[in-house]
Amino acid sequence: MSYTKRFSGRKFDELRPFEAKVGVVKRADGSAMFKIGSTIAIASVYGPRELYPQFLQDPKKGVLRCNYNMVAFSGSGDRVKPGPSRRSKEIGLVTEKALLPFIDLSDFGGAVVDVFIELIQTDAGTRCAGINAAALALAHAGIPMKDLVSAVAVGKIEDKLVVDLDYEEDSHEIGVDIPLAMSTRTGEISLLQMDGIISVEEVKNCVENARKACEKIKEVQVKALKEFYGLEAKK
Amino acid sequence: MGILVNDKDVVVPGEILAEGMDFVPSGDVFRDGEKLVSGRWGLVSVSGRILKLIPLSGKYVPKRNDLVIGTIENVGISGWRIDIGCAFSASLLLRDATQEFIERGADLSKFYDVGDYVMCQIVKTSGPKIIDVSMKGPGLRKLGPGKLLKVAPAKVPRIIGKQGSMISMIKEMTDCKISVGQNGIIWLVGEDPKKELTAVDAINLIERESHISGLTDKVKELLEKRK
Repeated sequence: MSYTKRFSGRKFDELRPFEAKVGVVKRADGSAMFKIGSTIAIASVYGPRELYPQFLQDPKKGVLRCNYNMVAFSGSGDRVKPGPSRRSKEIGLVTEKALLPFIDLSDFGGAVVDVFIELIQTDAGTRCAGINAAALALAHAGIPMKDLVSAVAVGKIEDKLVVDLDYEEDSHEIGVDIPLAMSTRTGEISLLQMDGIISVEEVKNCVENARKACEKIKEVQVKALKEFYGLEAKK
Repeated sequence: MGILVNDKDVVVPGEILAEGMDFVPSGDVFRDGEKLVSGRWGLVSVSGRILKLIPLSGKYVPKRNDLVIGTIENVGISGWRIDIGCAFSASLLLRDATQEFIERGADLSKFYDVGDYVMCQIVKTSGPKIIDVSMKGPGLRKLGPGKLLKVAPAKVPRIIGKQGSMISMIKEMTDCKISVGQNGIIWLVGEDPKKELTAVDAINLIERESHISGLTDKVKELLEKRK
């Protein structure tokens, strides 16, 4: 079998239309929205603030906590049960691990930076959209960072390598999904998950595709932060 | 090679500001091999060979001798905890609290109660969690009821203006009492609520347009229009 044309009609290395916006939650210390195709993630950052209960504190550096949540009727499938689930806890954890290498919390010993990611509409690629939004929100909150983290899902459908899988592709029987987060400046990868069967050579090609896609995403992230400053000044 | 940005450019974390060894990194700029990289969202400040950033957001980082405005958070047995807008609350010890004599076992809430606003000075910081403030010194006092505004600490110098020109203009034209803390917290009170709102708008205008030159004229125009 051969996957000759994508369900969405896109090219194999084409991303869905994407946009980013900063300062969407007024009461938060930092916030951002990242939309890719029909997936919309809103991230808000609170802190650094004192961490309780006290035994969770690390006196040498601050703690990052990420909370991932899909809104009840955000997906095309069944209603998502509100509250934490096995899946949301896992994604919260991988988001935290994806962001942590690029943020510097050494000045905030004993404190916590809370990141809340809400997915108000989903069509696959939610953890990547969440990471993109969270990176922007952390920068907006003034947290010291080594780079903005960009994330995208790459994979393989039947015999073709694809970039930015939507729900139809994600749930394809003969498919591989690889969400990937990286710093485009240093080339370091902080998230790489995978399901399905794929050869080493193909994984290498997927990573290369992701790198190119992340560079495009980063451009939009940078533009959003710079434009926000301009907009604030014009108000 | 050389510098890649201009003075007062907006930069984002991870942006390369200069290449080569001609420039020296300072405050929120770090060196990564041959490159100088921005570590925060902020405005570039180039002074000679030194590159640094003026952060556009973020919590206040306490510095010794800073005059700050805070809210009493808790009354303890030997002092008070004060929220000064940074990650941790500051402590006001009994000996630094007042010139008055405090009897053993006295009710400390008679001096400063929870929710009171105070103007205090940071006397000691060691590590992120230990911040000691004092109420002994000129201008340090309990502030009484009023409005609290929060602005980015980096914008405080612009709100005060050269030798206090900006803030005294707002005070004169709105008949408000205004105190500005270096932590970005501003306390203000006026007899006329309309004038009070005008002062708030003027401060918000300065915060939004702090990087634009000719700001004094713009603020003056706003104040005269609303008079």
